[in-house]
Amino acid sequence: MLSVENLEVVYDDVILVLRGVSLDVPEGKIVALLGANGAGKTTLLRAVSGLLDVHEGEVTKGQITLDGDPIHHLSPARVVSAGVKQVLEGRRVFAEFSVEENLRVGAHRNTRRLSENMERVYDLFPVLRDRRRATAGYLSGGEQQMLAMGRAMMSDPRYLLLDEPSLGLAPLLVQQIRDLIVEINQRGTTVLLVEQNASMALSIAEHGYIMETGKIVMDKGASELLEDEDVREFYLGLHDEGTPRSFRDVKHYKRRKRWLS
Amino acid sequence: MTRFGQSLIQGLGNGSIYALLALGFVIIYKSTLVISFAQPALMVAGATMVVFLTGSFGLPFFAAVPVAMLLTALLGLIVERSALRPMVGKPVFVVAIITIGVDITIRVVVNRFLGNTIRNFTSPWGLDTLRVGDVFVQQRFLAMMLTTAVVVAALFAFFKYSRTGLAMRATAFDQETALAQGISVGMVFALSWAIAGALAALAGTFVGTGGSIDQQTWIIALKALPAIIIGGLDSVGGAVIGGLVVGVIEALVGTYQPTAAPWLGNNFAVVSPYVVLLIVLLLRPYGLFGTPEVERV
Repeated sequence: MLSVENLEVVYDDVILVLRGVSLDVPEGKIVALLGANGAGKTTLLRAVSGLLDVHEGEVTKGQITLDGDPIHHLSPARVVSAGVKQVLEGRRVFAEFSVEENLRVGAHRNTRRLSENMERVYDLFPVLRDRRRATAGYLSGGEQQMLAMGRAMMSDPRYLLLDEPSLGLAPLLVQQIRDLIVEINQRGTTVLLVEQNASMALSIAEHGYIMETGKIVMDKGASELLEDEDVREFYLGLHDEGTPRSFRDVKHYKRRKRWLS
Repeated sequence: MTRFGQSLIQGLGNGSIYALLALGFVIIYKSTLVISFAQPALMVAGATMVVFLTGSFGLPFFAAVPVAMLLTALLGLIVERSALRPMVGKPVFVVAIITIGVDITIRVVVNRFLGNTIRNFTSPWGLDTLRVGDVFVQQRFLAMMLTTAVVVAALFAFFKYSRTGLAMRATAFDQETALAQGISVGMVFALSWAIAGALAALAGTFVGTGGSIDQQTWIIALKALPAIIIGGLDSVGGAVIGGLVVGVIEALVGTYQPTAAPWLGNNFAVVSPYVVLLIVLLLRPYGLFGTPEVERV
């Protein structure tokens, strides 16, 4: 189990971004982490995968443990070796490399079973097999997202941290990515899914956390969250049809949000 | 024709030296975004090691060169770890200035060993020539070209196929993503300095071959600067071609300019690469082979 306990993260020694976040990702599950921009979702992932240093961030309190062992002070390379891999937001493929080279970089920490893992990734994403000699930068957005996920899968991680895989993709592609996440999970990889697209994330996750300004404000089963009135209104954009809305409702929205936390 | 052939060979030979040096610059630049001005010092350090290894230690030339390359690589590693690693994340300009400091420091130490004399270089080729048709070709130039070709081919294969080479390219392209793949970026930095050191030592050896080295030898390494700008700062292939271009231009101008355009004055050959540099900068500011950014439209 990957668990985060009372995590506090500070950027540049002054900006407190995470204020005591706790969450659990049990093995074999898909867990969704939702929240608006600036809530600290990406920071949480960085803390897990050891990428805070690059951004002048630092864990000041709390800890992150993987099966009981603390991992929040490990280098990114050690975290990857421990079996936790992050797919960065915005795909970030190596644009000048071919698809296959991208995948080989992904296998940096696990080269012993390179060809086996590559076959597995190609099975998962047949599109990549067809385009394996193509320059990654010229792939379509959906293909690039698949490449980024495939690259992460090359080291055969036990835990996959996905940062907004649906970002900037057409609805059909979002569905395809969603199905792929389920597939990856069924093949034995635990997934922590960070999303803005709440309906997509909650439709496949078992458990969901909602973050606001550096805190977890809700922590429920995904089906409960989908039913929750506040979540429906604020994250899924659903409210009673036909009722006229006014500026007072917007104020109401603010009030409700504060109450919610 | 004879004259042309001879100066072409000489140009390609010297060009391979510049290419080796330029490769070092480019490899360090690509991984750390710093132009390392310590290359000249690493070059003379390598050459001096060969002098002492063949002289005082009595090693044969072909054993001394690999040892010197290894030691210079080690020197590069030490420089990176001690002077540059603490500066990671600082402005690139600051780091570049630090490399100038490193350059001066190493040169002072090396000069202490070299002393005020001219150190003769013992190499298997000396100034022996080979006759091809009616062109007399100095063997050392052939050796330079051949060695450089082999080294460049090996480097290309390394960057294309090996796990570490790929990791270095990945780091050069996007450091954070490389980190997320589990690549140790510190290792990549260290390795690029080591490779640059080894290449510089090899270049230094060839500078000395058939001649000598002294306290002024380091200036030759500055010829690599027009080479990398002509070739494109971030292109390994460009560095090689840029180096060869600089060498050939220098040699051809040196051969023909005194008779064809004497009004340009003596030793115009020395500045000729810089003239080409200016023209290239005007037409293609990112160099002949600087990578155009890959972008999906």
